[in-house]
Amino acid sequence: MTEPARLGGRYAVRSGWQLATLVDRRRESASAATLVLDVPGWPGHQPGQHVDLRLTAADGYTAERSYSLASVPEGSNRIEVTVQRVADGEVSPYLVGDFPVGSAVEVRGPVGGWFVWDPARDAGTPVLLLAGGSGLVPLMAMARARRRAGDRTPFRLICSVRTAEDQLYPDEIAALVARGDGFEARTIFTRAVSLTALRGPRRLTDSELAAWGWPPELAPRVYVCGPTGFVEAVSRMLVAQGHDPAHVRTERFGPGGG
Amino acid sequence: MSDVPPALTPGFHGRPRPEGVALPPGQYVEDGFPVLSAGPTPNVSEATWSLTVTTEAGASTAWTWADLMALPQETPTVDIHCVTRWSKFGTRWTGVSLDVLLADVESTADFVMVGSYGGYTTNLPVADLLGGKAWIAHAFDGKRLHPEHGGPARLLVPHLYFWKSAKWVRSLTLLPTNRPGFWERLGYHDLGDPWREQRYQGD
Repeated sequence: MTEPARLGGRYAVRSGWQLATLVDRRRESASAATLVLDVPGWPGHQPGQHVDLRLTAADGYTAERSYSLASVPEGSNRIEVTVQRVADGEVSPYLVGDFPVGSAVEVRGPVGGWFVWDPARDAGTPVLLLAGGSGLVPLMAMARARRRAGDRTPFRLICSVRTAEDQLYPDEIAALVARGDGFEARTIFTRAVSLTALRGPRRLTDSELAAWGWPPELAPRVYVCGPTGFVEAVSRMLVAQGHDPAHVRTERFGPGGG
Repeated sequence: MSDVPPALTPGFHGRPRPEGVALPPGQYVEDGFPVLSAGPTPNVSEATWSLTVTTEAGASTAWTWADLMALPQETPTVDIHCVTRWSKFGTRWTGVSLDVLLADVESTADFVMVGSYGGYTTNLPVADLLGGKAWIAHAFDGKRLHPEHGGPARLLVPHLYFWKSAKWVRSLTLLPTNRPGFWERLGYHDLGDPWREQRYQGD
């Protein structure tokens, strides 16, 4: 940049909508799928950013929703979003189940410049990722970017999901941990566990967060994403444990988000 | 053979279209009250809350909680529109009009930077705070405003996207020239008129 443009300009989304084509859909869980979209001229994005999708019905009615990017920018036109089917949702059941491969959807983005972690800029400071349900998606983009860059920033990930069937990317997360390069992960189940589980089904506790996260003295960058109840409870615990609120970045999805 | 563009979201029907309601473009109707904010909810008590208005000349006026309660109260019922695409109709608030708070503030500034407990900021034109269009709200549905929704007090500017209605409001700083606030620095629109779908810079 040659002129001191407004900061907004640096992050501004490219205006207008463009056509993207669904090239593949992968089932991620019983109720979630990853959509692989081809977006001509995709400018790249930062891990944690999202895209807006606009769907159009035969009578011209449109519905717009935001979805977190799951993929790492690859210098290609391919992007991936993981969509959780929301019961009674207007858009997500269509995207997860009915949207035919080979057809088009309008895309706008990338959007957002706050809930992001970029190894080129943010490497070094320990990172704590806290995911409630499909709030894992933008955090996974950060973890994938770290691996892609060969970055060794210490990462700790805590996932809270209802049951084992609701987990997203379990094999990939296990593989990231197995690399032994400073990536740790825990998953807790809030609704049901296997008969042999050592931990009963319950929400993340204060002591678990303290034990599995980073001590506040390390001043980690903290990213919390999930439903409002999860984000409120977890960020309250973090602040009570001494984390600087300015280092806790949150992203929430509320009811009716589907 | 020419390329045939692929069909646009074939088989998408959407919900039954709302009738008889005015919904800005790209929005859908929400019956709940979703919560959105960029960080933890700050813990602000009424005893420590205050609102300070500072002019471009540096003159300050401050109101405590008791001061705010002593001013004339209004109970606007308004539709609200969040940039994340939900709109909620007929929300009922209690608060003090900015017309009351700013009446005696001497300023020629055209813009305001709103500041919140927790560090959030947002900018908007002075004109959008005056003329019965904006309030410092402290109750929702007749009940004390919950901290998640900005309690003890938030700005309420319902004719703009809801990120302009700063939660946990603590300061209004008058500015001769416009400066971007928190989301505005990150690419969101300086004004944010939902009817013109001004979501992002450049819209």
